[in-house]
Amino acid sequence: MTALIELKGVEKHYGDYHALRGIDLEIRAGEFFSLLGPSGCGKTTLLRTIAGLEEVSSGSIRIDGRDMKGVAANHRPTNMVFQSYAVFPHLTVAENVGFGLRRDPRGKSEKARAVEEALDMVGLAGYGKRRAHALSGGQRQRVALARALILKPKVLLLDEPLSALDRLMREQMQLELIRLQRQVGITFILVTHDQEEALVMSDRIAVMFEGEIGQLADPETLYRRPATKRVAQFIGKMNFLPGALSADRREIDIAGLGRVATADLATSGEIGGAVSVGIRPETLAILFEGETAPRREVQGVVSEVVYYGDMTYYDVRVDGIDRPLTVSMKNLIGRPVLDVGAAARLAWDERALVLLPG
Amino acid sequence: MRGAPLRVYTILYLLFLYAPIALLPLFAFNDATIIAFPLSGFTTHWFTDLVANAALRQAVGNSLFIAAMTAIFATLLGLCAARAGAMARFPGKGGIIGFVMLPLVLPEIIVAVSLLIVLRQVLGLNLNNWTVISAHVLICTPFSIAILNGAFQNLDPSIEEAAMDLGESRFSAFRLVTLPLVMPGIISSMLIAFTISLDEFIIAFFLTGANPTMPVYIWGLLRFPAQLPVIMALGTILVALSVTLLIIAELFRRRGLARAGIKDTGGFL
Repeated sequence: MTALIELKGVEKHYGDYHALRGIDLEIRAGEFFSLLGPSGCGKTTLLRTIAGLEEVSSGSIRIDGRDMKGVAANHRPTNMVFQSYAVFPHLTVAENVGFGLRRDPRGKSEKARAVEEALDMVGLAGYGKRRAHALSGGQRQRVALARALILKPKVLLLDEPLSALDRLMREQMQLELIRLQRQVGITFILVTHDQEEALVMSDRIAVMFEGEIGQLADPETLYRRPATKRVAQFIGKMNFLPGALSADRREIDIAGLGRVATADLATSGEIGGAVSVGIRPETLAILFEGETAPRREVQGVVSEVVYYGDMTYYDVRVDGIDRPLTVSMKNLIGRPVLDVGAAARLAWDERALVLLPG
Repeated sequence: MRGAPLRVYTILYLLFLYAPIALLPLFAFNDATIIAFPLSGFTTHWFTDLVANAALRQAVGNSLFIAAMTAIFATLLGLCAARAGAMARFPGKGGIIGFVMLPLVLPEIIVAVSLLIVLRQVLGLNLNNWTVISAHVLICTPFSIAILNGAFQNLDPSIEEAAMDLGESRFSAFRLVTLPLVMPGIISSMLIAFTISLDEFIIAFFLTGANPTMPVYIWGLLRFPAQLPVIMALGTILVALSVTLLIIAELFRRRGLARAGIKDTGGFL
């Protein structure tokens, strides 16, 4: 696939503050792409530079082969859904959705039909005559979507569009956005701080920290083979254990767990020097009466229990590891919830370990 | 009762504030030249005198012109300042806004004297309605800014960006989206500036030319006790007018909030 958006060495400074530090990025046509990171990492600034709402300090942005230098937001083939939705409160829903068609040469009735189609697409058919300020958050969001999509942009930019919605609504909108993106085939770029949202929705994710891209990968790679401890910590939960590589790098001695062959471990690059080993809580398991570990086993003591209903999270102390390991267990039928202080045998599997630098 | 002293205090306070104003219409319709009780019968005679007085009509005309011009210019300046204050980022913003708001607390007599010196001695201008207007704009602009700040702070800053993103230029985004949303604030600001200018005395007294403004003319009339009931009549009209304008201003402010779907957080009335 060809790159629809190409960013080369994009920098943005506000005085002494570096919001973006040399971003190189290619986003493909028709892709659902996410910029994920903690607040202040520069993800929204990056989105705004693509939209043309911020000038880059240096570097170049090309959209569909065209250099965007000096091209204002109103002349770019991008449209944006703002975090606050920025629905115009003094206009009706139909006037909001049709706002971008003001300069469109089509006739009045044709435009009205386009507005109706756009409203239908986001599930707001028949809402055209309502005043925008009387809508709920979810409805405003849909108006903002319809208003942007009616212009058939090459790229739709979404700035934390779901962060103001409650949990149920958010999960529903996530699925709807995916459906919508497949339906219209437009490239979506989503900014979010919610790792779960990014994993659920995206084809590819760029994880950003302090104005730089920490890792760029598809959701599964990002989760299974995080490139750094920081990425691993930001996406899901992970236990970190110090490890010592053997001289020939074929073996690693992991604190509390013992020696394993490095060839079995997942890693996303050349590893040397100081290393850590990451283990996701769901890849560890507490063994109950009569169960045996399929591969490896280690003895520990439960030091904390957090009950979530469908899951229970245990902290388990293991000799030789200074911090307890977090283990998540599904609360299956007949399986008891252990108490603090109970002895626990942990099953683990070296194929689920990730070798990380540092 | 715990609240009783506070209630008495409130009632006395309001009496002190409004009783003198209540006397205005009382004596405006009283058929006697001397302002004293007991009242001696109803008349509209003072109002006819008022209308018949050509010099007074001229003064009222001056004042209305000055007030209208002041309302327009103060609101225009206030609009620019409030928008910059709400949406733009620039170095020294806090200090600049502070200096713009300063005339709000400067003693008017100081402003009047300094302006007189600058206009007459430094610039060598003749005093006329425009000298009064320029000074009134100076003291009214902070009020306009304060009112319009409220209108802009209620505004989502991404709304103008959204309009630009949807294909409008910066100016047409302002015209199509921002302007209609702050319009109630603009009207409110114009009415308040108009009211302030209309009854402003000190600056007008110093800077007025050959044709006095209405408050200055009234002050001149006070030397003739026989004219006092006419002043009472004029005062009655002015109070009615001021209250009406203030109520309209407040209605527009509230309509603006309702339009933007925002909860009321208190205003002038």
